[in-house]
Amino acid sequence: METLKKLKIGWFTFTCCEDSAIVFTELLNDHYKEWIKLIDFRHVRILRTANVLDNLDVAFVEGAISSYVQEEKLKEIRNKSKYLVAVGSCAVIGTPSNQRNFFDQATNEEIKPILSNFSYKEKVSKLGEIVTVDAIVPGCPMDEKIFLGVVNHYLREYGLLGEEENAHG
Amino acid sequence: MHTVDINLDEISKIEGSAGLDVHIEDGKVQKVNFKITEYKRFYTQAIRGKPVLAVPQLVARICGTCSNAHLLCSIKAIERALGLEVSPQTKILRTLTAYGLMIRDHGLHLYLFALPDLFAKDSLFDLDENIPAEHVYLDDAFAVKAAGNHLSVYTAGRSVHGPYLTVGGFNRIPEDNEKEKIISELLAVRPAVLRLIEVFTSSPFDFRREVNFVSLAGENFGFLDGKIINTRGQKIEEKDFGDHLIHTVIPYSQASGYTFEGQSYIVGALARINLTKNILNKDTQRDAAEALKLFPSNNIFHNNLAQAIEILHCIDHGVELLKNTKFVPEVPVKMIPKEGVGVGAIEAPRGTLYYRVETTADGKVKNGQIVVPTGQNQISIERDLVILIQDNFAKLTREQLIFEIEKLIRAYDPCMSCAAHFLKVRFLQKGDKRRLKPH
Repeated sequence: METLKKLKIGWFTFTCCEDSAIVFTELLNDHYKEWIKLIDFRHVRILRTANVLDNLDVAFVEGAISSYVQEEKLKEIRNKSKYLVAVGSCAVIGTPSNQRNFFDQATNEEIKPILSNFSYKEKVSKLGEIVTVDAIVPGCPMDEKIFLGVVNHYLREYGLLGEEENAHG
Repeated sequence: MHTVDINLDEISKIEGSAGLDVHIEDGKVQKVNFKITEYKRFYTQAIRGKPVLAVPQLVARICGTCSNAHLLCSIKAIERALGLEVSPQTKILRTLTAYGLMIRDHGLHLYLFALPDLFAKDSLFDLDENIPAEHVYLDDAFAVKAAGNHLSVYTAGRSVHGPYLTVGGFNRIPEDNEKEKIISELLAVRPAVLRLIEVFTSSPFDFRREVNFVSLAGENFGFLDGKIINTRGQKIEEKDFGDHLIHTVIPYSQASGYTFEGQSYIVGALARINLTKNILNKDTQRDAAEALKLFPSNNIFHNNLAQAIEILHCIDHGVELLKNTKFVPEVPVKMIPKEGVGVGAIEAPRGTLYYRVETTADGKVKNGQIVVPTGQNQISIERDLVILIQDNFAKLTREQLIFEIEKLIRAYDPCMSCAAHFLKVRFLQKGDKRRLKPH
């Protein structure tokens, strides 16, 4: 595997509360000094405006898929990323953002006008139902230790960390 | 520019997903469409029939950043419905949880979202590391957020979906002998917060409009209790919150911008400081005196400054509460199922948050209504954007205009994850005579 200057990452948010993104911003408290040397935050909407969706090394994706528009966007991210990581419960297993999948008939009738007016899919999907997922970070919000493990795994894979080192500043 | 279209698909450095469509023709703004592009997750429906004790942790998942506010407010509404009183220690721990939330969430908004605009930079990470006066904010940002995060972890178990918060009290009480570390960390970031207040005080950004401000006002600047007051001097007692919610707040949040029969209003830190700055902690009032002279203010960019002052208050009063409280083991007050209706209102980071909950005799939630701060501010956001665009599109380049639009939206600190729960997409067009529908 080639050694990169920096790991190019993106962070993408679909249907969810964005809790994993918030946890990520809290992890930056302890890790930003190391990460800004090793990681190119190429497409991270909560950090910057000039975002570029091109050949990413790792795409971190939170949230479930509620619509065809979101489905197409997810596929575009998949095509432009070497690795895709599903982050948080909604992305990994669909819940709780998929709670409308389990509503009774009366409630479904109640929400039907909104679903049809804004082109929602009939059912909310987890990411793995639509694209290949290379790694998962479960939890609601995402499990911090598992997330750090996944980040370090990819940093190591791209030669940005030694085997014994990690980025825990 | 005489005819121009601006389509922003995803506005950056805000919580959640929103876009903006603007159409200007023959020198006149024809259309401003501020779009919440989040998809609904239907929490209002999902809570029906759920056990009362399970609902707070479920509605926490409406939002990842103000989640502890949803926990605190839903718990308050449920406790009102059940007629359940909590202990003094619980009230202190809930206030400290609110303080941890404000420090962390305001810190996120101010440092990561708003501060780059002051330096015309794309991102906090683009602050020049060779200019100490610029680069200091990078270290400050993460130190301040960490202090808020650790306070939330200490009292609530986590900043996001705090597991210790429950109906009747706390599932776990913090270790009293660990509070010195929290106090030291809060005091250590105090100088950073003074720097933050200074940089936002000296910002030249200005956008003003006559508007009504609304907030809770209690004995302390504590975010969780009090009457609702507004700029016109009206007061709504807690016993009348239900009426106020049903007849004023909900219709307001669904109103069409041009035909609402009343005055638009704003909630949030700017409203709170405008209306109740005299009950801020005394040390905060002393050290933020120069900044506080600017209030009351109609400049929406002072919402940023108001948030910075609130961070200081949360540190100062938070430290006072920690020093004066010895935490002792305690279990939550037992919940006795009861049919009832309860309304809770608290000040979440972005403004007044309301929950109305109906409970059943067998301990379930029958129905609920939730009105979030961004839902109440959306009308003001849209009105301000129309004025901003109309006043500036002929003077600025397209890129400059987009920057001004995004700056203004960021000053409101909107939360789309919350707003998507409630709002409908709306057009603002000249000549639109849609009328209010009763809720």
